[in-house]
Amino acid sequence: MIEFKNLHKSFGKLVVLNDLDLNINEGGIFAILGPNGSGKTTLIKCLLGMVIPHKGKITYNNKSVLGKWDYRNDLNYLPQIANFPPNLTVKELIEMVKNLRPKQSNEEDLIKLFGLDDSLQKKLGNLSGGTKQKVNIVLTFMFDSDLIILDEPTNGLDPIALIHLKELIQKEKTKGKTILITTHIMSFVNEVADEIVFLLDGKIYFKGTVDELKKQTNNDNLEHAIANLIAKQYA
Amino acid sequence: MLKILKYSFYDLMRSRWSYVYFLFYLILGFVLLFLNNDVNKAVITLMNIIIVLTPLIGTIFGVMYYYNSREFTELLLAQPINRKKIFMGQYLGISISLTLSLVLGLGIPFVLYGLFKSAAIFNFGLLLVVGSFLNFIFVALSYNIALSTENKIKGFGYAILMWLFLAVIYDGIFLISLILFDEYPLDKFSLIATMLNPIDLSRILILLKLDISALLGYTGAVFRKFFGTNLGMLISMSILFLWVLIPILRMNLKLRKKDF
Repeated sequence: MIEFKNLHKSFGKLVVLNDLDLNINEGGIFAILGPNGSGKTTLIKCLLGMVIPHKGKITYNNKSVLGKWDYRNDLNYLPQIANFPPNLTVKELIEMVKNLRPKQSNEEDLIKLFGLDDSLQKKLGNLSGGTKQKVNIVLTFMFDSDLIILDEPTNGLDPIALIHLKELIQKEKTKGKTILITTHIMSFVNEVADEIVFLLDGKIYFKGTVDELKKQTNNDNLEHAIANLIAKQYA
Repeated sequence: MLKILKYSFYDLMRSRWSYVYFLFYLILGFVLLFLNNDVNKAVITLMNIIIVLTPLIGTIFGVMYYYNSREFTELLLAQPINRKKIFMGQYLGISISLTLSLVLGLGIPFVLYGLFKSAAIFNFGLLLVVGSFLNFIFVALSYNIALSTENKIKGFGYAILMWLFLAVIYDGIFLISLILFDEYPLDKFSLIATMLNPIDLSRILILLKLDISALLGYTGAVFRKFFGTNLGMLISMSILFLWVLIPILRMNLKLRKKDF
């Protein structure tokens, strides 16, 4: 479904993606992991067309995405930091995003699910970080797209919202969607991810299921298995 | 693009600063008319303020809006919209809301005072047109600076320096060179040097329309000969227009390679 080929990106002297090759097939939850600064967000942003790679190709549903924008109608993206125009209300923001995408949306259910009814008329500048993240999640999940990209989705969420988020992710998965998640919370990965893509030094260091990773690192605990992978970089 | 423009515009129209800016012009207009008791004189005083202030406010609003809406811009960039349209929408949103503050803020007191019965209506109109141009020019320039500078503080610094250069330092250099090269014919040089700075160009344009150019001596006569004609007016307006167009083109060029 998504194919990265010989992807190369550097910021100044810092090489972030180094001839990276990655194939992601349709359906399932993929956790993109790696130490800080390993290029997870850059990889995702390349796919979204926000970062422009120096070399390489990216295809989505067999079509190149570089320099295009209409393919973004077929994917939903949850950005890492939710910061919205402070003077708009939640309702206006939702209406605006709906307005920008020519697509059916089901925001009502999501608003109810996350208990945002009371916040709809509030200005975004007055919301707490966690509530902003909930709005962010509503904006991401309200459209029906084949690909969902979540960048640190658990940021600032309370336990109930977290449970709802996990349910949402599972629900989307059963619909046969592809979900990419970056996170540092291993218990979350353990719970939801089908496959792990581990990035290190701008390359794919490991790609496979959680069990495969545990087997390869001789470690039963995912957190330690990942730490094991990262430790090799520090060594 | 229109959708982005609409929302940027709404967002700005609701921010406190747009109202402060609007109220400032409103009060300024009333006070000037009250003190001068003469539309023409008020226009001259206003010109001195507008020519320095609109560029400054345009610069600050442009940089501030860009840096403050960075994360939101990222959200927009992930939507199925061309990135050029996002930034053009934002740019027009800021410029139009600032221009509206200017035109309404000054327009209301002058209209109430009886602008339509006064002969100064054209001068006042020119003042507003020039002020609007300055808004569009300086917002575009500051957006360019912000797009090229990742660091917020640096971007702010560069933008203020740009304003300082065009509003103050440029004139200083210009005057010094006039004194230094006193013995050479300078009318062409000064004409071109004026054209190259939108603030100077705006100032001269209004001064000459106000019939006080006699005070300017020989150079004034040269300027009058040039700017006073319809052709001169047309050229000056075209140059102001170029000052808007070129930064916009550069913005679009920059956007093609920019990472967010």
